[in-house]
Amino acid sequence: MSDAPRFKNPVVRWVDHRLPIFSFLHHQQVYPAPRNLNYWWNFGSLAGIMLVVMIVTGIVLAMHYTPHATMAFDSVERIMRDVNYGWLLRYLHMNGASMFFIVVYIHVFRGLYYGSYKAPRELLWIIGIIILLLMMATAFMGYVLPWGQMSYWGAKVITSFFTAIPLVGQSITEWLWGGFNVDNATLNRFFSLHYLLPFVIVAVVFLHLWALHHHKSNNPLGIDIKGPQDTIPFHPYYTVKDNFGIGVFLLVYAAFVFFGPNFFGEPENYIRANPMVTPPHIVPEWYFLPYYAILRAVDDNFIGSWILFGYTLIDAKLAGVIAMFASILILCFLPWLDRSPVRSARFRPAYRWFFWILLLDAFILGWVGANAPDGVWNGIPFLWIGRIATLYYFLHFIIIMPLLSVFERPDPLPHSISQPVLKGGGFAPARVHAKPMEKA
Amino acid sequence: MMRKIGLLGAVVVLLAMGGNAVAAEGELPRQEWSFNSIFGTYDEAALQRGFLVYKDVCSACHSMNLLSYRHLSGTGLSEDQIKAVAASVQVPDGPNDEGEMFERAGLQSDRFKAPFPNEQAARAANNGAYPPDLSLMAKARPGGPDYIYAILTGYEEPPAGFQLNEGMSYNEYFAVSANQIAMPPPLSDGAVTYADGTEATVPQMARDVAAFLAWAAEPNLNERHQIGVGVMLFLIVLTACLYAVYRKVWADVH
Amino acid sequence: MMAHSAHGEAIASSGHDAGETRRDFLMLGTGAIGAFGVAAVAWPFIDQMNPAADVLALSTTEVDISKIEVGQSITVIWRGSPVFVRRRTTEEIKAAEEVNLNELKDPQPDSERVKPGKAEWLILVGVCTHLGCIPQGQRSGENRGEYGGWLCSCHGSQYDTSGRIRKGPAPLNLAVPPYSFTSDTVVFIGAGQEASKA
Repeated sequence: MSDAPRFKNPVVRWVDHRLPIFSFLHHQQVYPAPRNLNYWWNFGSLAGIMLVVMIVTGIVLAMHYTPHATMAFDSVERIMRDVNYGWLLRYLHMNGASMFFIVVYIHVFRGLYYGSYKAPRELLWIIGIIILLLMMATAFMGYVLPWGQMSYWGAKVITSFFTAIPLVGQSITEWLWGGFNVDNATLNRFFSLHYLLPFVIVAVVFLHLWALHHHKSNNPLGIDIKGPQDTIPFHPYYTVKDNFGIGVFLLVYAAFVFFGPNFFGEPENYIRANPMVTPPHIVPEWYFLPYYAILRAVDDNFIGSWILFGYTLIDAKLAGVIAMFASILILCFLPWLDRSPVRSARFRPAYRWFFWILLLDAFILGWVGANAPDGVWNGIPFLWIGRIATLYYFLHFIIIMPLLSVFERPDPLPHSISQPVLKGGGFAPARVHAKPMEKA
Repeated sequence: MMRKIGLLGAVVVLLAMGGNAVAAEGELPRQEWSFNSIFGTYDEAALQRGFLVYKDVCSACHSMNLLSYRHLSGTGLSEDQIKAVAASVQVPDGPNDEGEMFERAGLQSDRFKAPFPNEQAARAANNGAYPPDLSLMAKARPGGPDYIYAILTGYEEPPAGFQLNEGMSYNEYFAVSANQIAMPPPLSDGAVTYADGTEATVPQMARDVAAFLAWAAEPNLNERHQIGVGVMLFLIVLTACLYAVYRKVWADVH
Repeated sequence: MMAHSAHGEAIASSGHDAGETRRDFLMLGTGAIGAFGVAAVAWPFIDQMNPAADVLALSTTEVDISKIEVGQSITVIWRGSPVFVRRRTTEEIKAAEEVNLNELKDPQPDSERVKPGKAEWLILVGVCTHLGCIPQGQRSGENRGEYGGWLCSCHGSQYDTSGRIRKGPAPLNLAVPPYSFTSDTVVFIGAGQEASKA
């Protein structure tokens, strides 16, 4: 590197000459970041912190947990009652999962709003989706480990969906289970994989950060960095800002851990798993509720079975599973569905509306997922609310995004990050706030 | 931007209020508990009274097999009192050198003695119904101690025209099984004699045993709240400092 | 603009500029508070590896010795290891007391290895101090070795009627655990008098 630092300390120099770790760290310090990032850019570092927290708490919990069907539940209760500070470690891990997803969802929606998925960051975005999928797999398996009622029945419901795969579904499902039902074999392998996947996530996060560093961060204006006048070194500016953000975040996290540790949870999971008794309502953790709603939105009346020559190609169960995974995978195609040359929603008045509607739609899907499928709200069956919300969700990506790319008239873009006055000067429409030096 | 957030928040709140599809009737009355607030702690006197109710009434049918006698120190009982409680029961042990199982007086390290050796025996003794283990009951039901209190005080004559099955009782708050509960009213006035002289009415016993069960499900609440207050204060100070550092460092950028 | 970056980097202050001293104090103070927080958070993660409450609860045991006859030995379990409780005969006590301490690899008078007035009772951790095997001599018929105590069949260590090493590779006498007589018929084995709690 042209500006490789000259270290004063001879030990540091000796090490760096052989393994340039100190040069690498220095590069991270002086790494240029846009000067106008707002607080929505804090959530990436928060996600990184949560990954570390989950791994560390997970490792210490694994010192006391027993992954056997007859002992798992009791081992968790032993952690809560007898292990020194076990209750704290368990609640940190349990609520940490929820905080991790909150932070990551905000991080994703930030990307949607400011067009961070657009060129040249398409791969960065896709790697992020992969991280989300790995997180979901990890969280799903982790929730099974306490072997409560919801652990067992949630595992049963979700793994049973693989039976929907034509021809090989049953075999694949028995292969997953290690038997003819969710049982001890399933629990053991889920423990092994739950321990493994976070380290896979770490590796993918490394790729995520590498891709990020290549083209640098996006910014609220969505326009490219033109030169050093648009940037500031990451350290100390964004390190201190991230630190402040971490402080605020920890306050929220601690509030849940110490004063509402079971807020995100289900009481049903404090009952030992019983294969003979189905809970009245099987619900996944809150961060899976929207996908759960999409899954249940599809049933025979909605899509019908695709029958050809008397063979059912896709039955409703399989269609539901496909729709559920499609709802996440479609995000990977977003850079090609949304072809507007303008990145940030700040300058896309029409897109902004649809962004907020999408967010509302996500909340509605989550709310539908939380309720019983045969329930009714003010006379309207949840099934229909869920269907409309699901339909709208896919409509947003498949129809609205491409149409917007063609028909939207975006606002004029500012000239540059450091001088965000309008291109060509002149009359400024009311919506664009030409404030110099974007603050948080 | 803030307008949008406000709008979204209003929508979410409205949904939350109107969105609950579960019927509102028979809604659980909320009680006041010493441990409910942020600074709340368990009331040791109530815990000890509640333990007496469990020991003398409930333990005939309900196990609490996640608790050991030594855990009772969390209710404020002294070590001698706990030893006496443990020694007053015979627990299975063995095999001895002859290969036989035997019974011996309980020790502090033993788990609470279960009334039945297994689920089948429990069902056989209770008309096929299984009295659930109570160790986590206060966390395993929505409403927790409020729910326990409501059930214990919710026994009533069934309304006119209500079909009550054989051997069942009507309970206002046992919604999971359409108000029919297999447990007959377990409490009656004066069923136990409290050592501290408190009058043992049904509501009093229900309140005490609900508090005891809340403690049994979450014995570390006192410590959790205490550490929590310290952590929050620490984080407020630290975050304020971090904010000050942030503003200082950024002062020359703006 | 580059000047801004240089100015912004945290550098050691010359201390002359009042603003810079204040800023350094703020940084230092915040860093100290943060470091304290990190230490406070680290403690539970370290402490969770310490014995848990249920392990501590089993760290003491009470032994009823009323049924042990003279010359009889029993073995109890304490902290996962066997503990030998032997009610010695008068001959065994005499032999133990009369040993010349200079002969011993690990010199210790018998009186130090029993409680005053209770020389009958020898209570030892039944783990050979060589490499940890359990010596023989507890059951009737087992070989007690040349010195009437215990014989470790792993590598041939032999202990006398006071549990002291007399022959063989073991370096130390059999360990005496902390114990006390809570009554004439009950021995409490374990450190201190308090039973452990949750």
